[in-house]
Amino acid sequence: MALRFELVTPEKLYRSDDVYMVVVPGSEGDFGVLEGHSPMMSTLRNDAALEIYASQGATPERVIIAGGFAEVNENGLTVLAERVEA
Amino acid sequence: MASLKALKIRINSVKSTQKITKAMKMVAAAKLRRATEAAEASRPYAERLEAVVSSIASKVTVGPQSPKLLAGSGNSDVHLFVVATSDKGLAGAFNTNIVRLARRQAEALKAEGKTVKFYTIGKKGRDQLSRTFRGDIIHSIEPGDLGKLTYADVQAWGEDLTARFEAGEFDVAHLFFSKFENVLTQTPTQIQLMPVAVAAGEGDAMGVSATVEYEPDEEEILADLLPRNVAVQLLRANRENAASEQGSKMTAMDNATRNAGDMINKLTIQYNRTRQAAITTELIEIIAGAEAL
Repeated sequence: MALRFELVTPEKLYRSDDVYMVVVPGSEGDFGVLEGHSPMMSTLRNDAALEIYASQGATPERVIIAGGFAEVNENGLTVLAERVEA
Repeated sequence: MASLKALKIRINSVKSTQKITKAMKMVAAAKLRRATEAAEASRPYAERLEAVVSSIASKVTVGPQSPKLLAGSGNSDVHLFVVATSDKGLAGAFNTNIVRLARRQAEALKAEGKTVKFYTIGKKGRDQLSRTFRGDIIHSIEPGDLGKLTYADVQAWGEDLTARFEAGEFDVAHLFFSKFENVLTQTPTQIQLMPVAVAAGEGDAMGVSATVEYEPDEEEILADLLPRNVAVQLLRANRENAASEQGSKMTAMDNATRNAGDMINKLTIQYNRTRQAAITTELIEIIAGAEAL
């Protein structure tokens, strides 16, 4: 049960790996993405944190992003962000 | 015939030129590697964004309420040419090729009775264009070292361009840059920057089914993404330019080094001939002098 997660900035592919869950700060509310999530697209809030859970119950890793956009499709979750602050 | 001393000086000067061009070639080679890496690193984002934009755009029906960046202004009378070049020369025909393409397109459009304005990035492009289109350059940017350009820099230009577009300063914007194929080949390229060119029917090919959920709705996502697309295209163009510039510079400097080598060989032969001629003359003089005794 792994979710393919990619975080891309205009300058580079910031991160690409398999994780358990990502909580995405959507502009109309946070949503968690697990494997098999239905396809969706959403803009993201500025300067909000992505919470990346590497495995179930693990402490989330927080990544602050700005100017983001999330796309969920059958291949996993792709987050396009203009800026990333680890 | 030139004197021995003059030849020696000449040879030394060509030698030091060769040293400089050789060093510049090495620097360009090192920078080229970094520039191509940067160009490749920015590719995933541009591809994703393009796929998303065209898949949403193909679903939205264009109406008066659509974002202007998608629908356009309805006319195509005033064209803006965003010509991306570099600040520095010594890179072969890199800048000239881009400018030449832009100039040819501009003349074609002018012949059709359209107005063409220029927005130049890079000193060289501005200088070359101002020879023929002095009054048509509405703004010029000096980007400095193309290899060090960040997204934040480009974003500001994108915002400026978008604001000018919204204000109706022009109807269509084209972007000119040099596409990096490999070290030997860089192709001057023209793409349409505004309004966004949407390839029809590509949405389904991307595998985006009709069941995709949008948050907020398609129109608002589009309004958010389109200005970003402009900046990303600008970044892409400048990254390609950075790689092209270094590639072109490397080839130019390699040629210059080789030319200098040829010249040194020729001058050395000439130097030796002159030296031998001088020795022969001296010998003849001595022998003639001895015989006279």
